Amino acid sequence: MAWETVIGLEIHAQLSTKTKIFSGASTAFGAEPNTQACAVDLGLPGVLPVVNAEVVRLAVRFALATNSSITERSQFARKNYFYPDLPKGYQISQMALPIVGPGEMTIFDGEDRQKTIRITRAHLEEDAGKSVHDLFSDQTGIDLNRAGTPLLEIVSEPDLNSAVEAVAYAKKMHALVRYIDICDGNMQEGSFRCDANVSIREKGSDVLGTRSEIKNLNSFRFLERAIDFEVERQIDVLEGGGEVVQETRLYDADRDETRSMRSKEEAFDYRYFPDPDLPPLLVEQSFIEQVRANMPELPTVRTQRFVTDYELSEADAVTLTSERPTADYFEATLAAQHITPRLAATWVMGEVFSRLNNDGLSLEQSPVNAEALAGLLIRIQDNTISGKIAKSVLDTMWESGEPADKIIAAKGLQQITDTGAIEAMIDEVIANNPEQLAEYRAGKDKLISYFIGAVMKASKGKANPGELNKLLKPKLDG
Amino acid sequence: MALKEQDIKDIAHLARLGVDDSALAPLAADLSTVLSLVEQMNSVNTEGVEPMAHPGNAVLRLREDTVSEPNQREKLQQAAPATEDGYFLVPRVIE
Amino acid sequence: MDIHTKTLAEQAELLKQKKVSSVELCQHYLDRIERLDSKFNSLITVDAERALAAAKLSDEKLAKGEGEALEGLPLIHKDIFCTDGVLTTCGSRMLDNFIAPYDATVVQRLQNQGMVMLAKANMDEFAMGSSNENSYFGNVVNPWKAGTVPGGSSGGSAAAVAARLAPVATGTDTGGSIRQPAAFCGLSGIKPTYGRVSRYGMIAFASSLDQAGPFATTAKDCAMMLQGMAGFDERDSTSSDQAVPSYTDGLDQSLEGLKIGVPAEYFADGLDASVAQAVEQAIEEFKKAGASIKPISLPNQGLCIPAYYVVAPAEASSNLSRFDGVRFGHRCDNPVDLEDLYKRSRAEGFGDEVKRRILIGAYTLSAGFYDAYYLKALQVRRLISDDFQKAFNDVDVILGPTTPTPAFAMGDKTDDPVAMYLNDLYTVSANLSGLPAMSIPCGFADGLPVGLQLVTNHFEEARLLQVAHQYQQITDWHTRAPEGLD
Ligand SMILES: [Mg+2]
Ligand SMILES: [Zn+2]
Repeated sequence: MAWETVIGLEIHAQLSTKTKIFSGASTAFGAEPNTQACAVDLGLPGVLPVVNAEVVRLAVRFALATNSSITERSQFARKNYFYPDLPKGYQISQMALPIVGPGEMTIFDGEDRQKTIRITRAHLEEDAGKSVHDLFSDQTGIDLNRAGTPLLEIVSEPDLNSAVEAVAYAKKMHALVRYIDICDGNMQEGSFRCDANVSIREKGSDVLGTRSEIKNLNSFRFLERAIDFEVERQIDVLEGGGEVVQETRLYDADRDETRSMRSKEEAFDYRYFPDPDLPPLLVEQSFIEQVRANMPELPTVRTQRFVTDYELSEADAVTLTSERPTADYFEATLAAQHITPRLAATWVMGEVFSRLNNDGLSLEQSPVNAEALAGLLIRIQDNTISGKIAKSVLDTMWESGEPADKIIAAKGLQQITDTGAIEAMIDEVIANNPEQLAEYRAGKDKLISYFIGAVMKASKGKANPGELNKLLKPKLDG
Repeated sequence: MALKEQDIKDIAHLARLGVDDSALAPLAADLSTVLSLVEQMNSVNTEGVEPMAHPGNAVLRLREDTVSEPNQREKLQQAAPATEDGYFLVPRVIE
Repeated sequence: MDIHTKTLAEQAELLKQKKVSSVELCQHYLDRIERLDSKFNSLITVDAERALAAAKLSDEKLAKGEGEALEGLPLIHKDIFCTDGVLTTCGSRMLDNFIAPYDATVVQRLQNQGMVMLAKANMDEFAMGSSNENSYFGNVVNPWKAGTVPGGSSGGSAAAVAARLAPVATGTDTGGSIRQPAAFCGLSGIKPTYGRVSRYGMIAFASSLDQAGPFATTAKDCAMMLQGMAGFDERDSTSSDQAVPSYTDGLDQSLEGLKIGVPAEYFADGLDASVAQAVEQAIEEFKKAGASIKPISLPNQGLCIPAYYVVAPAEASSNLSRFDGVRFGHRCDNPVDLEDLYKRSRAEGFGDEVKRRILIGAYTLSAGFYDAYYLKALQVRRLISDDFQKAFNDVDVILGPTTPTPAFAMGDKTDDPVAMYLNDLYTVSANLSGLPAMSIPCGFADGLPVGLQLVTNHFEEARLLQVAHQYQQITDWHTRAPEGLD
């Protein structure tokens, strides 16, 4: 039987704010346990939530970036359940009236075809705290620093039909939230995590199968593997005559499998109802316009600008703008030293990317920042060094962190442009290679490159190639 | 709606309230009485009536995103039944 | 010294004229508490040392001619308000060891106004009750008659002021919890507009209904207290930023031309004849004072109790989830696992009525029942609220009895939750609608006080207080005190 996979993603993006969604406690990562959990975050008796304006701004920014509708009056609701890292016994979230309504995002499927994925909704909610199981014997420790951290939960329609599409969508969403500066996208720290709702159905059927929800996938690789495993598992279940049960499953990266999270039969009944502590959230048109006016440039707009302003190919522009840090790095390089866009593009996509790749670093972690790279490229542009030398200079910069000029000066790598000096080297090379000279003069033109190489070698690569070319031929020709 | 003992058990579990078996029947009776009282609401047609979750017509006021709450862990944990190294402690949770 | 027979306003004058010091005044009340409260059990915590230290500071300010509007005046807080460094129990075993690490905004404000807290008052557990028989710290006795209840849930506050253990006290009102005990104890008490007084630090029962207000012997004292309590609080998203007018400036305006609406539904089945008679008599007084009386109708009044007993428990069931034995409050001994910790801590920490309401609330919100109960109640709530808005097109104030009967005997209704709930018949509609409402004494039935309820439109507390004050200029019910308490 042929099966079709149906996937919907719920992405939790931690919003980049200084304080919690409902309290003035800091959201900084990595503090001592419970030092950033104030009375409101702890849910002490009598305390009340007050909404952070910034989370509303960031949610509206997301809506504008995804052509989503914005709910004029949205409403916070309580999701009731007991868990020790959920201080109040309920999570404040949004249910019936989320701040962001339907929208969409276009991705490329596995065959490079464009596909539009519908975004159902995106709502604001608070994160829970953290349970620590390995620090105390027989006890679990609760750290509520994370409790109340603002999240935007972005829910897609079940429009994704493979793990590859799911990853493409998640990656594009990841790039987008960083583009519009609403989330730092740090997956290790849990700032961007995915839940995948996975089901299968007979190909051609328009009835959805029973889905399982795989929780807290915090890398694209895990997302892909978890879905692949889960699809196989469900096929096995159905083809073995069984039924898929609706449940929450956990992906175990060590075993590369998903397993059921419910230790025993437990009916979940969250008893959502409007939070009486929080009246409706009114988003006025003037507020939306203000957010629009301060909107960071969107990726698609930036791609077109790169093509028009920098005369880059569409493909290069797409590569350079696929992630905001790359585009920022590229433009910072140009801005620092008036580097020509072509040169900067080649170096960023080539030399810089390959070194980052080798070292397993992200662009933000690059030992050579945009200004430093510009300091190198300008020396190619003004003929101080050749492109080839520049690569070795970049190697040294990568290791030492020193600026290009300092390395060029210290190693004496400046190009030789003095015609007298180059002529002297040419003369010496010709004198030392009488046989090759004879062959050349007998008509073996191609030997010119042999002489160029020899002179370059003699100059330790520093002879200016232009000058060399100009001077060499007349001498060879006699 | 008349509640049965099993209903009380189920709700009590949802609400994480320990209830002795002997208390189930009286609670079922009490709550059924209350439910029949509130079911008097059914005498009025509310079709199309906008539900009122908040009195008045207030809307949210928003707070600026500035840190206003300093670390007060020691003071805030004084009321805690069990803490260690800054953590609240609960019996081992198996995930 | 008979200073406890003076009103708050009079005591303020005496302090300013230095005829009495705050330390003397507070000591006088502390002595009375010591001597008398064993009869009433109206208080949970008395902190004499702290009170006298605060009184001393007030005296220093007063000596320099400084001090705020309520400088040096004593009060009692309902034990629902968090008080920094002082036990805050909410009448529950759950919090019998809870020293709050912060002040409620109401506590903070009244302290900023110079008031001195003497004690914290007994109350129905988590404010759930109409008789103060639901306190972990024991029943409160109505000072007017041994064996009768003071009303609830702010029964301790009401009994304490009635026994003149303080000139004023704070209370909270979710379905009548200020007005009903005020009526039972012969006091003036006001529940302000929802959002007028901050709820921060006031332990929540039903968040969309709860509102704090004062108890006093007179409407004028209520005005002074409300002035100190009201106003915008950035820590409470439901608090209103509408400016607070002067509540005392307009008190002396006459009632000439005032339009009073009297709903037929308030005089229907269930109303005790003696209460009806006292209220009828009050209506006559208002007519004499120049007000016109207009019969009105609140057609959905009969659905107040049903709607209230869905909305309030639903919110409560969620509000009380935080009492889980993890971060504060009661924890059972030796929990074997997390579920045991939750279930036993909550079973031991909460009393019967609280458990009932948690269960009802959880049930009406649960899958399959939400629409039939909770959503329906919110719709009925809208109808009830609309009835009032329609009525206020024609009248300035709505008048009726505060309660169907005067104070009842202890144990009378403890076996029948529904009979107990019907006490709130006339009061819950103001909470459902967010309207300000007040109870003032308007007579006696069998030696027990009868309360008159006045309701105005949103944020019209000044008018409410003026009407009550004017009534108290032509009657003397509010000056009566229980006998034998000197
Ligand atoms: Mg979800
Ligand atoms: Zn979520």
